[in-house]
Amino acid sequence: MKSASTKRKSSVATHDVSVASALPWIGPALLLIILVVIWPVVELVRISFTDITIAGSLLDFHGFANYRELLANPDLYPVARRTLLWVFGIVFFTVILSLPLAQLINQNFPGRKYVRWALIFPWAASVVMTSMIWTWILDAYSGEFNLTLTQLGLIDEPVDWVNNPGSSFYVLMAVAVFVSIPFTTYVLLAGLQSIPNDIVEAASVDGASHWQTYRQIKFPLLRNALLIATIINLINVFNSFPIIWIMTRGGPGYETDTTTTFAYKLAFIESNMGQSTALGVFNFIVILLIVSLYLKLTKATRTEL
Amino acid sequence: MKSTKAKKLTGKKVVTISVAYLIAWFFLYPYIHMFLTSVRTHEELYAYPTTHFPQVWQWRNYLDLWDNAPIANYLKSSLIISISATILVLLVSLPAAYFLARYRFRFRGVFLLLVLATQMFSPTALIIGIFREVDFFNLLDSYLALIILNAGFNLAFSIWLLAGFFSSIPAEIEEAALIDGCSRVQALRKITIPVALPGVVTAIIFTFVAAWNEFTIALTIISSVDKKPLPVGLTQFIGQYDIAWEYLFASTIIAIIPVVVLFIAIEKYLVGGLTAGSVK
Repeated sequence: MKSASTKRKSSVATHDVSVASALPWIGPALLLIILVVIWPVVELVRISFTDITIAGSLLDFHGFANYRELLANPDLYPVARRTLLWVFGIVFFTVILSLPLAQLINQNFPGRKYVRWALIFPWAASVVMTSMIWTWILDAYSGEFNLTLTQLGLIDEPVDWVNNPGSSFYVLMAVAVFVSIPFTTYVLLAGLQSIPNDIVEAASVDGASHWQTYRQIKFPLLRNALLIATIINLINVFNSFPIIWIMTRGGPGYETDTTTTFAYKLAFIESNMGQSTALGVFNFIVILLIVSLYLKLTKATRTEL
Repeated sequence: MKSTKAKKLTGKKVVTISVAYLIAWFFLYPYIHMFLTSVRTHEELYAYPTTHFPQVWQWRNYLDLWDNAPIANYLKSSLIISISATILVLLVSLPAAYFLARYRFRFRGVFLLLVLATQMFSPTALIIGIFREVDFFNLLDSYLALIILNAGFNLAFSIWLLAGFFSSIPAEIEEAALIDGCSRVQALRKITIPVALPGVVTAIIFTFVAAWNEFTIALTIISSVDKKPLPVGLTQFIGQYDIAWEYLFASTIIAIIPVVVLFIAIEKYLVGGLTAGSVK
């Protein structure tokens, strides 16, 4: 972040040119963006107002009927509440755990490089595959988790952590925190590294304790990185699909669904395109709100700095 | 400097190191367990109670798996899709990033917002729209659709990162080349791109890995077994009555190790491309 902003200032010659001369350079990118984002958004909104059949052929304007049907669907409300828990719970624990972790791997100690490399694994690995291995580790009879708990004398009977209604959703959330921490920690680490060393040293010369230095000097300077990490996480976690899909399919019933997996299920399992697109539009608006918050807050911190 | 630090191996330092290694182990643990599972025998996997370590190390699993699941097909699909998407991203993002770094134009802000949109809106949120669009172009169950979609959703990282690199290169160097009779494209190819090479390599690796791991779009638009990429293909194991965990995890090890190595190679540039959208 620091490097990006200093680089921008150092960029020398920037010329003002017409849109027409920009097109050969940015045109292909623009076309790609239209194809992958604009078109699907327009299509999503359009069919949410139509009476679409399962085959997807008939398209009559249907007003807000799909939205009314969705709101009348009793399954929606527990799913929506669970989505709030999903998003805020995961982002909260991810950030709370990543802050000290970033601080830790910012310190100098032998083997730090390898600790950072270990952290790359859940980030680079496919979330689908990470979810598969956690499913296996947490398996009631064959999983190493229950084996260890049994050997420690903490449980007598095998517990089916992934499918047990009491634990299922929390297990999914824990896996989501696990895969979110590496990216978050790296963003915070970059933020810590952008803090000039002399400020920190000056503080310790002035007799500030480690905790005081962290709270009063590092943490405020870290605010921008924290903001970016939090908001990108909010979006990613809200959109998160593979963990739930691989581990529980949102089941039993809709017991572990979020609005994202619920929308997918409605469309592709239950062929309820109408309600699914209405929910899709709702999900889209949620993301739009988070993105505008992101733009507003990052701009605010920027002018302030 | 370093030696004085090494000498001060105080109690506090020992605690720091121990905690750090413990955390490292925690993040590695599932992948270590994945490996240990991949070399067990099928009987052992279903034995109760289970054991922490394999009783028999059956390395043969890594050879047998090719005959027991269409892994070669999945691998081929993953390679085709990821390599093509990466090439497409480079072709599209190089000129766009260069232009953004060098010129100001009307609607520049709008364009930047659109680029940001590709990063913020995951395919999952738009999946029904995407499905209908792909159907409209008659591209369901095709590599082409997956290649275009993977390229599109990973465009932002390359554009942010490369624009940062390009703007760090003084325009004077290029202008000098222009005076020497190079065309603008030649100047770009011979001077600017080599300097921006670390950025280009990072963009290549990041896009490749992202496409390699993509799940939702492939799950939704690919139906033939021989066209499924690894993450989708491997989920076929899960539905079966007698899950061949040893082959499943041998396959995931094969799929994960190369991309982790690639990510480690670009470690120090990763954050820049993912968060730069905010500072532009």
